[in-house]
Amino acid sequence: MKFDKDGNGFTFGFATVMVVVVATVLSVASISLQPFQQKNKTAEKMQNILKTIGVEVSRDEATKIFGDYVKERIILDYSANASTPKTGAIDPLDKEDAFNINMKKQYKSKKWEKRAYPVYICEKDGKQYRVIPMVGKGLWGPIWGFVALEADNNTIFGASFDHKTETPGLGAEINTADFQDQFPGKKLFDATGKFISIKVMKGGAPEGFEHGVDAITGGTITSNGVTDMLKKTLKVYQPYLEK
Amino acid sequence: MSEQVTVKEAVEVKVEKKEALFSKKNKRLLADPMDDSNPITVQVLGVCSALAITVQVEQAIVMSLSVIAVLAIGNVLVSLLRHAIPARIRIIVQLVIVATLVILVDQILQAFAYDVSKKLSVFVGLIITNCIIMGRLEAFAMANKPWQALLDGLGNGAAYGMILVVVAVFREFFGSGKLFGVQLVPDAFYEAGYMNNNMMILPPMALIVVGLIIWFQRGRNTKLIEDH
Amino acid sequence: MQDLVNIFVKSIFIDNMIFAYFLGMCSYLAVSKTVKTGVGLGFAVIFVLGVTVPVNYILDKYVLQEGALTWVSADFASIDLSFLGFIMFIAIIAAIVQLVEMIVEKFSPALYGALGIFLPLIAVNCSILGGALFMQERQYAGLAEATSFGLGSGVGWFLAIVAISAIREKIRYSNVPAPLRGLGITFIITGLMGMAFMSFMGIEL
Repeated sequence: MKFDKDGNGFTFGFATVMVVVVATVLSVASISLQPFQQKNKTAEKMQNILKTIGVEVSRDEATKIFGDYVKERIILDYSANASTPKTGAIDPLDKEDAFNINMKKQYKSKKWEKRAYPVYICEKDGKQYRVIPMVGKGLWGPIWGFVALEADNNTIFGASFDHKTETPGLGAEINTADFQDQFPGKKLFDATGKFISIKVMKGGAPEGFEHGVDAITGGTITSNGVTDMLKKTLKVYQPYLEK
Repeated sequence: MSEQVTVKEAVEVKVEKKEALFSKKNKRLLADPMDDSNPITVQVLGVCSALAITVQVEQAIVMSLSVIAVLAIGNVLVSLLRHAIPARIRIIVQLVIVATLVILVDQILQAFAYDVSKKLSVFVGLIITNCIIMGRLEAFAMANKPWQALLDGLGNGAAYGMILVVVAVFREFFGSGKLFGVQLVPDAFYEAGYMNNNMMILPPMALIVVGLIIWFQRGRNTKLIEDH
Repeated sequence: MQDLVNIFVKSIFIDNMIFAYFLGMCSYLAVSKTVKTGVGLGFAVIFVLGVTVPVNYILDKYVLQEGALTWVSADFASIDLSFLGFIMFIAIIAAIVQLVEMIVEKFSPALYGALGIFLPLIAVNCSILGGALFMQERQYAGLAEATSFGLGSGVGWFLAIVAISAIREKIRYSNVPAPLRGLGITFIITGLMGMAFMSFMGIEL
């Protein structure tokens, strides 16, 4: 080695070249792969929405039959005023379409009052369901989910949750059937019409309790995150659901 | 600084005299980490992730495979670049190499193998900060040729995986009565009053299980016993 | 002000990096043989967490998040660099650690003598990156809260390593089964301490 590899010049040169190379590689990869990743994410979102109304299909299938079940897509504002419903095929560029709202992004960067609140009106076997999307935070990263309500706008028909980086075997269990299957039949409002929401309860929900499900052992923070997400999101929808 | 360099070169010259791809010394690179220099129980590297993802066996295996791959590739890359990396910023360079590798792989999987990437997403961060990777890059790859570095990476990765899987077997079986998600403890046991040990699922028990593994290993291999 | 104190206390006891999240175990186990080295590494961690968490907060807020670059030009509103998050956090941490090392070496050789050997270890301490990720996830409402969280987590880590090294110094006089001596018993003691710390989890602040 003739040059002085520990000299300042070389150190800075090396660092600069490294940063440029790494940044280029990552940016090129990110930009060129984005369309494929987006397609997967859209399909997954459709799959999750369909799952809450009891239609379990593969991701590819979900994109094909999504329109057969999801009839109207509405956006609410913070005071629960509804926009004009969108029907038919989804235009990925239409920002007014409820399906195109990136819940995770607006959760991070917008205040509650400024967010858009989508509702999907679905039909299956002649019955109508409303599917409400939600986002919250777990231990390590975002968690999100969809809740389908029956025509009484009170009883939960189905729920699906997912997460980005919760601890496997603990918080990550929220996306398993064991956890999600506890939700159907639970109620958001009590007999007098007061909003209660659903609690994820450490130590287990009492038998027959309509507003609680069992928490995940060892996943306390994620469980609290789900409770929090359900309560805060559904609260905003309350005026709409009472109509 | 110059002294260090000469020492490093002297080591390399010695290595260069060994030639055969699987000479005795090279085989030791693969085998040693399994027992005498096990990354978790002897070198104390990569403990954080060993605690985080050993609740289920399946996750432990996914994590082990990822670590083996990243460690082997990272070791080879750093070893190839070892003459060019300036000593003062070597830690940053090593971290950046590992992080880039992991993020790149994750991005590609997200596009073309979405289901695999969903499984992996949790581990991306854990792999980057896994000190086993930094430890081996710094201690071995910076001073050895690519082939040896590859073997070292594979050996250490596999040994790390071995401990992970053993701990996971304990925790999944006693914690939830299952292995690979399949229930093994018969329902009759539960009806007779058997309860899963929920404590097993919590992280402190992982530490204790690793402690017991160390006990077992050192009981057999007495030269590893510390004075205190 | 009350919020800041709450966050500080919470990150020391309830969200303790070692006992609640088991982050930074490698250096915790390796450097806890004597109280003296434990204290040295502990201080280094407090310092580095206290510096890197706020710096990463600024980085996240003004560079990485979507729309974060609007302060440069309104045209950048749709740029989302969050996929670079991990690598940027790690690079910042490593850079700060190296910078601190150089500064301390130059201006306070005595302190360098005490802390120097620990600093490179810290770049790979998962609790530091963990701190950055928690900070990002919990959406602290400002630089002051982020700093308070960083310092609190550091103090929690300090507390943990000092406690375990004191126990390890004492346990030398006990008759531990030979194969368990050293590392083995440390793992088990940490597990027990972790269980004890779980009792803080129910406290709401």
